[in-house]
Amino acid sequence: MTRPRVAVHKFSSCDGCQLAFLNLGETLLQLNEQVDILHFLEAGMNDASADVDIAFVEGSLSTPDELTRIRQVRANSRYLVSIGACATSGGLQALRNLDGNHDEWRDAIYARPEFIRTLKEVRPIAAEVRVDLELWGCPVSSTQILAAIRALLFGVAPVDDRDRVCLECKRQQAVCVMVTQGIPCMGPVTRTGCGALCPRFGRDCYGCYSPSETAQTATLARRFSGLGLLPDAIARRFWLINSQAPPFLQTGRVFHRSAASDPDD
Amino acid sequence: MPAADFLPRSRLPDLLAVLKAQGYDVIAPQVIEGALLYRPLQHCRQLPTGIRQQQQPGRYRLIATDSPRQFSWANGPQALKPLTFAPRETLWRSHENDDGTLSFEEVPVSPPALAILGVRGCDLAALALQDQHFRDDPYYQPRRQSLLLIAVDCSHPAETCFCASTGDGPKATIGYELALTELDDGFLVRAQGARGQAILKALPLDITAPAQRRQARHQHRAACRQLRRLPSFEPAQLIQQGRHPAWDEVADACLGCGNCTSVCPSCFCFSTSEAPDLNGQTSSHQRQWDSCFSEGHSYIHGRHIRPDIRTRYRQWLTHKFGSWVEQYGRSGCTGCGRCISWCPVGIDPLQVLSRLSDADPDEP
Repeated sequence: MTRPRVAVHKFSSCDGCQLAFLNLGETLLQLNEQVDILHFLEAGMNDASADVDIAFVEGSLSTPDELTRIRQVRANSRYLVSIGACATSGGLQALRNLDGNHDEWRDAIYARPEFIRTLKEVRPIAAEVRVDLELWGCPVSSTQILAAIRALLFGVAPVDDRDRVCLECKRQQAVCVMVTQGIPCMGPVTRTGCGALCPRFGRDCYGCYSPSETAQTATLARRFSGLGLLPDAIARRFWLINSQAPPFLQTGRVFHRSAASDPDD
Repeated sequence: MPAADFLPRSRLPDLLAVLKAQGYDVIAPQVIEGALLYRPLQHCRQLPTGIRQQQQPGRYRLIATDSPRQFSWANGPQALKPLTFAPRETLWRSHENDDGTLSFEEVPVSPPALAILGVRGCDLAALALQDQHFRDDPYYQPRRQSLLLIAVDCSHPAETCFCASTGDGPKATIGYELALTELDDGFLVRAQGARGQAILKALPLDITAPAQRRQARHQHRAACRQLRRLPSFEPAQLIQQGRHPAWDEVADACLGCGNCTSVCPSCFCFSTSEAPDLNGQTSSHQRQWDSCFSEGHSYIHGRHIRPDIRTRYRQWLTHKFGSWVEQYGRSGCTGCGRCISWCPVGIDPLQVLSRLSDADPDEP
């Protein structure tokens, strides 16, 4: 029996999600016995145009070249799995979508802007091609990656856990930072997957795993206001990593606007 | 002759020594990350000496004082629940054999004998409810039976407490082996059952002075005067009030985060999941705490029957205070107030219950 073929592709990103593979350590060797990894630049395999059963895609679409490349990846792959905040919601670089001043930023930042060919707006992978599974997180965790691969190898649908960070935070018996310290925490509207990593170390969740199911973002934003956050600071909480995820985008807009119309600001 | 039932504070280490001599590991509340959490206790210095609390809706703070008292606070974020109903555990493992057949393997629970110091009456009442629910549970029961419970009557209820109105506190009345009443200079001690009596007999106790007994009575009366109380309502009626506007109001305020259910000492819902090894030959069947505020909780045959916060909050409240009575013979609430303090937006279910007793304007 031939082993399933796997590729890991990189688009606009920091490479952190590929580390979720490399950080597997010994398990990566076991994985290598289960599947054939044909393309994974960070691990040294280079066959970008290989036909594969599972393609993992890290990064967002932020250049015209990437649009062409993702269509080719889609055509070559049976399952396409987007991994991480960049691939699923545009990530940090999608902050440029918020003010519509792409050209001004480009000209201000680069010494020779005429060499820069970028899209005015950053897009997640699913905006351009069909995506079979999205794994959220900045970065994704190794556990998520393994669970997804195992489910696909079994031929069953991977579990899409959209529960809130709070639920896992309480299972881990971390102490709530919002209740004991009054720190604005995104846990109540953010999906789990990280194992409540930040609250376990006594800091607030900053929403890197994207909105949870039925995310009550407006309610949480009101609470942040009650804890003393100014409207602009509230907008920034929702717009940090997953600014293009609809519930975060919308709540960020409400508070960003109310900050802009504040005469004292 | 007056009974010798007073343990001077300086002899509290003797209690620890007796417990250890009888083979118990001891755990007790300690100050961790700004809250009181149950942790292994090696010596009495680790107890939260002089610690007081401020608990309000959505707010929990510890305050250091120079009081010698070690139990002058109400409670921490968790009762006994995580010790008996594990937040996540493997129930069984399955293996695929070489001939393609499956074999299943039990994952037995063999907990150490555990003495818990500092248990509250409200939490003992909640434990009795969990005992009913998990009566035949092979994972809960061994942990439960390994517990020796040393209650301390609550002398400093928080603003969020209402155990006096549910009848579950502030004094411990059921389910303990040993119970202490803390005074400034020591503890009045009483025991229930053979295990409790055995420990009591081994302690170096003094005669309690009449003034100390008076102080204990006075302290109990003061602890019964609580700011919150359970409003009067008809439990069976709650579930009939599905259209009351109170549900819309609370849904607008609620994050749906489920923290109220996670900190509730009687809530028992869990979900199960499969955690296969990468080789695909073995798998662990796990259960983990779930909440009626999660989407998976109401997922039945392709549909989420409680898709929004309104229906989920209604489920939580009507079950806890209404249909629980039908199932377990009493309400699921023992007045510990955790759902109020640990709600990030400070929702008070007692206010929702009061609001529900207002006439529904839409109904004749």
